[in-house]
Amino acid sequence: MIRAARAILRKDLRLELRTKESVPAMTLFTVVVFVLFHFGLDRNSLDGSLASGVLWVTLLLAAIIGVTRLFAAEREQGGIDALLLAPVDRTALFLAKAAALFLFLVAVEIVALPAFALLLLGPDLLEALPELLAIVLLADLGLAAVGALVSALAVETRARELIVPLLLLPLLVPVLIGAAHATEPLLRGSQRPEDLGRWLGLLSLYDVVFVLLSVAVFDFLLED
Amino acid sequence: MAYARGLKPLAAATAVTMTAALALVFFYAPLDADQGFVQKIFYVHVPMAIVALCGWVAAGVMAIRHLRTGDRSWDVRSYVAIHLSVILGVGVLATGSIWARASWGHWWVWDEPVLVSFLVVFLLYCVYYPLRFSIEDPDRQARYSSVFAIAAGAFVPLNFVAVRLAESFTHPRVLSQTGGDLPGEMRLTFLVSLLAMTLLFVTLWKLELTSKHAEARLKRLRRRLEAREPAAVA
Repeated sequence: MIRAARAILRKDLRLELRTKESVPAMTLFTVVVFVLFHFGLDRNSLDGSLASGVLWVTLLLAAIIGVTRLFAAEREQGGIDALLLAPVDRTALFLAKAAALFLFLVAVEIVALPAFALLLLGPDLLEALPELLAIVLLADLGLAAVGALVSALAVETRARELIVPLLLLPLLVPVLIGAAHATEPLLRGSQRPEDLGRWLGLLSLYDVVFVLLSVAVFDFLLED
Repeated sequence: MAYARGLKPLAAATAVTMTAALALVFFYAPLDADQGFVQKIFYVHVPMAIVALCGWVAAGVMAIRHLRTGDRSWDVRSYVAIHLSVILGVGVLATGSIWARASWGHWWVWDEPVLVSFLVVFLLYCVYYPLRFSIEDPDRQARYSSVFAIAAGAFVPLNFVAVRLAESFTHPRVLSQTGGDLPGEMRLTFLVSLLAMTLLFVTLWKLELTSKHAEARLKRLRRRLEAREPAAVA
């Protein structure tokens, strides 16, 4: 199963490297949204809860693009039939897709976080980097699990581009709560993070629940 | 006609309990010292919210049974439960809004964690309809809807935990209004109202299932009749 998952993941990554469809679009989107927030809020620099809210809402919106595109190549080129005909466990498919989404998100954030620090953020980001890294990785894990599930749910519907954001955003409210609250003290300046453990705990709980849940129900999606 | 069995006594019990609940609310329960008459909306609002949430979670359990057994009638049960809970959800948000306006002066308050999480869950379940009805293949429709019902059912408690955490961060307080420290008369009225709302939900659920079942049978019979008619003419 791990081997199959790795093979599918390698295929997805190679596809992304050659077509350069999702990650550049998501990255560009985050930068554009940062610029929009600059004008919309009419602020040259942000800090505290405003900064963490802008950062996380932007990242979640960017994730929508990745989730919408996650099964797109298979759908459009008909590769999904081959994938489903192959004697591969659906769990392997889920793991591969979630891992691909996770890596896409990390790639986007490698650009988006510095861009955010450069364009909008008032306080220095570097001091808070270890904590921020933990928050971002935990949030990405939850995003990847829910994103792969939502993508598979929406792929068979007629209005895929409509269903994905509508379904994804309410499901991500706990991630936003956890990530934004955890990030907020880090972006307020030199203060030590309070309550970091609680929010990381919330994110971990969310990750565990949705990874297990997705693995359990994924078998019933993408059949026949 | 397994669906219709027990519907009549159930409906009668609902009517009786509903009347009793209303009578208790207006004539028995004492006026709230602090909020006055408007507090009585509590006996509608809170039972409705509890029943709607239980309906959603129950729909998730029914969806699990559907996926386990492959019996599509469980998907219909789950669909009807979600549908009724969404309707109740509109009522919950409306009465909650009225109550908030009367006792806090605003139509919407963000520092009431239960109401806020209810809104998030409600918005999520509204997506059930576009998802379900944009899948044509009936078998796939049932399966995908069930997966949604399970994921969303698990999301309900998780979301409540998350929102509660977020709110208590800024407003450290315990919610005591709905807790166990109600005076006796109020608690009795509340429990009867809750029972009435539960019975109403179950009755409507069974009624809708019966009607859906009858509709499907009628369609089958019509189709059979249509198939036979040309032969009769010839």
